[in-house]
Amino acid sequence: MSMDASDPQPLPNSQPLLQASGLSKTFGIVEVLKDIDLSVRAGEVHAIIGENGAGKSTLMKILAGNHQPTRGEMMIDGQKVSFSGPVDAEHHGIVLVHQEILLAPDLTVAQNIFLGRELGRGLTMDDRAMREAAVKAVRDLGADLDPDTIVSRLSIAQRQLVQIARVLLVPHRIVIFDEPTASLTPHETDALIKVIRDIRARGVGVLYISHRLPEVKEIADRVTVLRDGRLVASQNASDLQPSDMARLMVGRDVAKLYPDRQSAEIRETVLEVEGLDVPGYAQGASFRLGKGEILGFAGLIGAGRTELMEGLVGLRPSRGAVRLNGQAVRFSDVHASLKAGVAYLSEDRKGKGLLLSKDLTVNLTLASLGKFVRGLQIDRKREREALDRAIQDFDIRTGTKEILAGQLSGGNQQKLLIAKMMLLDPQVVIIDEPTRGIDIGNKQQIYTFIARLAEEGRSIIVVSSEMPELIGICDRILVMRSGRIVGEVTGERMNENEIVGLATGISAGEAA
Amino acid sequence: MTGATTPETGAKPKTSRDWDMAAIAPFVALALLLVLGYFANPSFASLANLTNVITRSAFIAIIALGATYVISSGGLDLSVGSMVAFVASLMIMFLNSGAIADPVMLLACAMLLALGMGAACGLANGLITTVGRIEPFIATLGTMGIFRGLTTWLSQGGAITLKDRELQALYRPVYFGSVAGVPIPIVVIFVTAAIAAFVLYRTRYGRHLIAVGSNEDVARYSGISVNRVRTIAYVVQGLCVGVAVLLYVPRLGSTSATTGILWELQAITAVVVGGTALRGGVGRIWGTVCGAFILEIVGNIMLLSNFVSEYLIGAIQGAIIIIAMLVQRSLMRK
Ligand SMILES: Nc1ncnc2c1ncn2[C@@H]1O[C@H](COP(=O)(O)OP(=O)(O)OP(=O)(O)O)[C@@H](O)[C@H]1O
Ligand SMILES: [Mg+2]
Repeated sequence: MSMDASDPQPLPNSQPLLQASGLSKTFGIVEVLKDIDLSVRAGEVHAIIGENGAGKSTLMKILAGNHQPTRGEMMIDGQKVSFSGPVDAEHHGIVLVHQEILLAPDLTVAQNIFLGRELGRGLTMDDRAMREAAVKAVRDLGADLDPDTIVSRLSIAQRQLVQIARVLLVPHRIVIFDEPTASLTPHETDALIKVIRDIRARGVGVLYISHRLPEVKEIADRVTVLRDGRLVASQNASDLQPSDMARLMVGRDVAKLYPDRQSAEIRETVLEVEGLDVPGYAQGASFRLGKGEILGFAGLIGAGRTELMEGLVGLRPSRGAVRLNGQAVRFSDVHASLKAGVAYLSEDRKGKGLLLSKDLTVNLTLASLGKFVRGLQIDRKREREALDRAIQDFDIRTGTKEILAGQLSGGNQQKLLIAKMMLLDPQVVIIDEPTRGIDIGNKQQIYTFIARLAEEGRSIIVVSSEMPELIGICDRILVMRSGRIVGEVTGERMNENEIVGLATGISAGEAA
Repeated sequence: MTGATTPETGAKPKTSRDWDMAAIAPFVALALLLVLGYFANPSFASLANLTNVITRSAFIAIIALGATYVISSGGLDLSVGSMVAFVASLMIMFLNSGAIADPVMLLACAMLLALGMGAACGLANGLITTVGRIEPFIATLGTMGIFRGLTTWLSQGGAITLKDRELQALYRPVYFGSVAGVPIPIVVIFVTAAIAAFVLYRTRYGRHLIAVGSNEDVARYSGISVNRVRTIAYVVQGLCVGVAVLLYVPRLGSTSATTGILWELQAITAVVVGGTALRGGVGRIWGTVCGAFILEIVGNIMLLSNFVSEYLIGAIQGAIIIIAMLVQRSLMRK
């Protein structure tokens, strides 16, 4: 199986590969897409941007045959088409890298990449060929993965890469990427951008969704902006700066992304970690967290940041000393850590954060049900009020409240998860990838919110792959590499070069 | 192009409301069965026959209520049938031992013993699956063998029979009596179901149970003690078995190695027909009660009509499971 597009069309301004007109989509009574016209030409990267819930993923799912449009039509090479399902769309050469990770958790990397398309030799499968091809496909994306690793052991970012590799192995003429970089660090992002440039050069049309606007600026030829399900602009990327994109998306200027914070003063220590080992993932981690401080954790994928935090709150076995307000503590599970006032927000909102097939209220109050119990019963009225408040406070956008958590747009799920943990009123908040998949306007809100938490005297740990975000909101940043904390950056030295240098082990000078 | 007001069926939203379709389905099926029964044989619809049928469904209905808890937590309990035999045997042996002189006290203690033993058996199942981390299917397959074997051993291959006439007379009304004209077993079904529904739908534990069943990781990350929640579900199942035993002993007054055989499958059938998903995360108490009625009514209609041989009851019940699953599937797709 090759990665070749079947029919390269090098002329950029030729007839579009795909032309959609008047696409609309209604879920129940809520119209989430209204009259969208969109085209993809051969050899161009067409970026789709818009706020959370604007309808980007829904639009892409229509193009890839996952949803049927309520109205509107699609043409490929000038021929009217309608897809009965994703496989049908694949036959037409349209493939989609979903925003959400859809892999079989119990199969290996190689098995997932070739699932349903196994390479065979007669009656048996050619495992060696598949393993080799898988290694290569993942390496092209800038990562090194053992093809025999079981997918459930991978981090979200690694799974994302496997998912991309899997899709790119399908013969394609149009590739749709729905937030492929949301959980990637700059290293893999660069590799992905290179891959995308390669496939573009082969005459493939690319649709690209991202909330990272500088990245959009870097890769896109054309940019289309959606707002509330409508198309509000479609322009050449060269005519737009990231700030213009932000304005078109949210309908106002997003001047300052990061809140002002007064410089770090001497703070009393709230959390003190000494020599914490999370076997297999992190060794000898020692750090302190002050009252009202925002402490960042940077590092490459696989550096062990998430696992360290999970070990700290009792989600993984760990050894070492942890002191909270001077008292030695040992959390055997999350129940214990929450009780002590330490909350951890997982980066895996689908797998570990939300019950996708339950409604919003159930999800919101799940971790803090104790507060909603009157006598023996759960007080549903108070729950509903809490939901209304959360929708307000965190600006969760949804057409109706009678929706399942899995039907919220990706970014709004993230907001729901933050709202859920905040109901616990924790003293120490550990947020893993706080703005994964969140649009720029909401990022601003979430940063303001985190800063406010700190001002109220809570202590915050932010684990993030987005360096500008860490630099923008943190007082201090610890950098991890292969399971160890290798350095701390503060003040003047808080810049990307310094962090990348520590994270990769190449000194700042060389890295620059 | 179609009009905006006619979204095609494939794209209908699956909001929380639409699940209700699946919840109503068993009741619709029950209603249809009642109509069918009436046409098959008008005497089916007589009050006497219907109360009789429902009374007889009590054992399975009550056990299935517990099974609803276990299944919606993502577990499975195959041992309930032999647990009934074991607990009932112990109860009868205790009654026969005459350990307490006053018969009323003796009976009261025996009843408490049955409930306690049921809970203890459930606890054992729970701990084996959670702390011992053994697949529920295997763990309860094991305890199923153990309870059955212990029963056979206690009865030495024969029967264990309640001997004391006075006690028999005293205990009989618990199954054959009625409150305000309603047979006691029916009262027990509805009271147990009401309690089960309250706990599942209204309390913190119920919410946690559903969370554990629908995604264990999310539950753990939310600070829920997954093992505790699961274990309690098995204890609830054991308690339900205990309640079923309380009704079983006055009815037959005797147990043997074949008591309660295949009841676990009937209970699971009732749960599934009632709309609870076998993969966990959804529990429908009233659906389960309805499912147990459906099973018993189907058997009754077959007895009363001449269309089908009553020897085919097992086959028909099997077909019902499959049809119920197909209906659920198509309702969920919408
Ligand atoms: N199956 C569904 N049923 C009902 N509503 C849905 C469904 N899928 C999506 N929606 C709604 O459609 C709207 C658009 O969602 P979509 O996922 O397309 O947003 P998005 O632009 O991709 O946002 P994000 O940046 O957060 O990923 C949201 O309001 C969402 O709640
Ligand atoms: Mg999306």
